[in-house]
Amino acid sequence: MNYKDRNKKYNEYVKQKIPKTRSWPTLFNAFWVGGVICMIGQGIGDGIRAIWPDLSGSMVSAYISIILIFIASLLTGIGVYDRIGAFAGAGSIVPITGFSNSITSPAMDYKNEGIIFGLCVKMFSIAGPVIVIGVLASAVVGLIYLFI
Amino acid sequence: MEYFLNYLYVFLIGGFVCMLGQILVIRTNMTTSRILVSFVLLGVILEATTAYDYIYGVAQAGISVPIVGFGASLAKGAISAVRTKGILGIFTGGLEATAGGIAAAVIFAFIFSLIFRAKTKKTG
Repeated sequence: MNYKDRNKKYNEYVKQKIPKTRSWPTLFNAFWVGGVICMIGQGIGDGIRAIWPDLSGSMVSAYISIILIFIASLLTGIGVYDRIGAFAGAGSIVPITGFSNSITSPAMDYKNEGIIFGLCVKMFSIAGPVIVIGVLASAVVGLIYLFI
Repeated sequence: MEYFLNYLYVFLIGGFVCMLGQILVIRTNMTTSRILVSFVLLGVILEATTAYDYIYGVAQAGISVPIVGFGASLAKGAISAVRTKGILGIFTGGLEATAGGIAAAVIFAFIFSLIFRAKTKKTG
């Protein structure tokens, strides 16, 4: 058996083993869980505006993000967020809570390999690309706006 | 009544954005990283074309809580920093605007991963 046949067979084998996410009910779950997370964010924002009415819009948004990140990180720690994720799919990834989960989760998983070489190194193994691409894209936008 | 409508829009638009993400997952088997990156890029593009502000006017947290909002504040920070600081703004603007979120994610992730232990995953 040459290596091409072997690779082909291996790819077929991998395809069988990949968990299938082709069930349409997950679309509905992603929709309502994502919607509810956004409504919680809106509720936090309204609460903050009620307590400190003179905060600027961007500061309120920052507080919403920080509080949601805190909640998601805590839920990841106690193992609840993974269950939400299994149920809601992208409904738990796309909100900012998913960003928080993607940082806390590998940090927890690799804690055993040490604080520096496990926790700190692996912390950005999923969310790192987000920051790299985000910074690059914002620099490009800044460069464009410099000339217009 | 206005309050109720507000939350309805937040729910519908926020849910719709997440459903787009789920469609990506179903159609392309994208990983978490790629989904996050594509939605951040979407946010940057929406903000750069000023479309984000119109959507935010209706959807509020429905568009700012999804990671699209993170991308939008990156771009918004870069744009306003370029206007006030010139070339330096290209480098400082994006991260300055999102520093709160990134720092919060790092700080809470560090604390909670020290406190809690990962459950051993059952892999079949």
